[in-house]
Amino acid sequence: MPSISRDEVAHLATLARLAVTEEELDLFAGQLERIVQAVAKVSQVADQDIPPMSHAVGLTNVFRRDLVSPGLVQQQALAAAPAAEEGRFRVPRILGEEA
Amino acid sequence: MTDLIRLTAAELAAKIHSGEVSSVEATQAHLDRIAAVDPAVHAFLYVDAERALQAAKAVDEEVAAGRAPVSPLAGVPVAVKDVLATQGSPTTCGSKLLEGWIPPYDATVTRKLLEAGTVILGKTNMDEFAMGSSTENSAYGPTRNPWDLDRIPGGSGGGSAAALAAFEAPLAIGTDTGGSIRQPGAMTGTVGVKPTYGTVSRYGLVAYASSFDQAGPCARTVLDAALLHEVIAGHDPMDATSVDTPVAPVVAAAREGARGDLSGVRVGVVRELVGEGHQPGVLASFEAAVRQLRDLGAEVVEVSCPSFDLALAAYYLIAPSEASSNLARFDAMRYGLRVGDDGAHSAEEVMSLTREAGFGPEVKRRIIVGTYALSAGYYDAYYGSAQKVRTLVSRDFDAAFGQADVLVSPTSPVTAFRIGEKVDDPVAMYQVDLCTIPSNMAGNAAISVPSGLSDGLPVGLQIFSPALQDHRGYKVAAAYEAARDAAQGGSLIHRVPELEVSH
Repeated sequence: MPSISRDEVAHLATLARLAVTEEELDLFAGQLERIVQAVAKVSQVADQDIPPMSHAVGLTNVFRRDLVSPGLVQQQALAAAPAAEEGRFRVPRILGEEA
Repeated sequence: MTDLIRLTAAELAAKIHSGEVSSVEATQAHLDRIAAVDPAVHAFLYVDAERALQAAKAVDEEVAAGRAPVSPLAGVPVAVKDVLATQGSPTTCGSKLLEGWIPPYDATVTRKLLEAGTVILGKTNMDEFAMGSSTENSAYGPTRNPWDLDRIPGGSGGGSAAALAAFEAPLAIGTDTGGSIRQPGAMTGTVGVKPTYGTVSRYGLVAYASSFDQAGPCARTVLDAALLHEVIAGHDPMDATSVDTPVAPVVAAAREGARGDLSGVRVGVVRELVGEGHQPGVLASFEAAVRQLRDLGAEVVEVSCPSFDLALAAYYLIAPSEASSNLARFDAMRYGLRVGDDGAHSAEEVMSLTREAGFGPEVKRRIIVGTYALSAGYYDAYYGSAQKVRTLVSRDFDAAFGQADVLVSPTSPVTAFRIGEKVDDPVAMYQVDLCTIPSNMAGNAAISVPSGLSDGLPVGLQIFSPALQDHRGYKVAAAYEAARDAAQGGSLIHRVPELEVSH
């Protein structure tokens, strides 16, 4: 049976940029264990030679003309920004303290 | 309740276009109804009365000037699921993360609704980012089923379905990733259609699982759904997965079906979707519906789709995988919530704190499951296998459509359950999607039409059509609907209990 530990859930949450709480880890670990067990039966086809299907429509290389069309103006683009300064998105520092 | 809100969209459109009723009157009647019953139902997250009345007035002016209506639904009110971008109106996807977000652009579906002269009443409640089967995962509280206010209306599009069943709107837009149009349709006694993948543009539809997501019409009759379908469908260069083919003739098919002759139509009962896990009342309703189809002249055969047994598991790997990637865009930088921006936290920490605060439990669960399924070491066993199952499901459909023109099953194995009954058991909640998921996996078309009541709660009949043959399902559904109404002494939806009206 596949299993997913509490530590693994914590690691996955970090990868997914979710600052989950200890209580959530307790709750999710058990629930994710049951979810993973329920979906693991797909692996019974893992060894079979079946082409994978990623999409319902087999479209590839969809092209359209490279035409100039109106886009958002600066004010529209920034209208919903959590923070803006001097006509730009203001973001928190991206480097660590020691950098 | 005024008569205007009980009319079908087709009847209402005829009255508006002939000048017998104004669109403003029709719109006001629905706004009044919303004000009266939505405190109890909670189908809407946002209502814009002023804008709706303005749109209605514009249609009335066209009619008064003697100009032909811009579409068969011009002047008819419609409710839009809150996952489609509406310029100038909030679009929250049922999430705190997007609380108050006003998109700077319209989804293609929104644009088509506006160009067709329909009157957008507002935005409907949904499970957060369309992840759920009951609308209980909305950050703004659940929607209640008009048939029994203690029960869920289905999900994720419970708001759109409940708005129809509560006569708050004659038409609504839904989106269907694993059944989110059809299953709420079944649970509220309304009609819900998932069109063929790629036939309705996804531009401006906030993505959950892009290879499954498909917008479609919700209505109280098959013909109304068809009329709305033709308004929103069509090729769109803004969506790279949009199919460049003519829209299926669904309105003509619905009208043809309503004449009640299904001779020459082969209907396949999918063996794997009528067994375990279904409530007896659901199966009884389904069997009666199949008998009705036979009485209408259809030839009924049994078909087998053995890989459907793996479809649910495959879906709950693929959809979370796509979701974990799609929802990475909610990074607290360009729009939406931002938490912890105090100068001390880094951008990465702000992202994590924001997503923690902004997403609800089910969204977090799916993001984590998707991250897991796509991890090195698990990829082949889970995501890779799930994609192989998808191929098998598609092949099973192909084989079945070799034996039958349409396939049928119950839409949901269960009727509407009580609010709170399944929220703590995600796996039990996922089981509710058993019958609807295969169609999303293959990308074909499916429609849910009410088949009667079980212990006073609606049951849905699901009709699958091959990709781009959506009209087949409409014809069968319309024939069945007419026969059902005749046999049951009127339209099912008019048996919904009267709601307490607040003043």
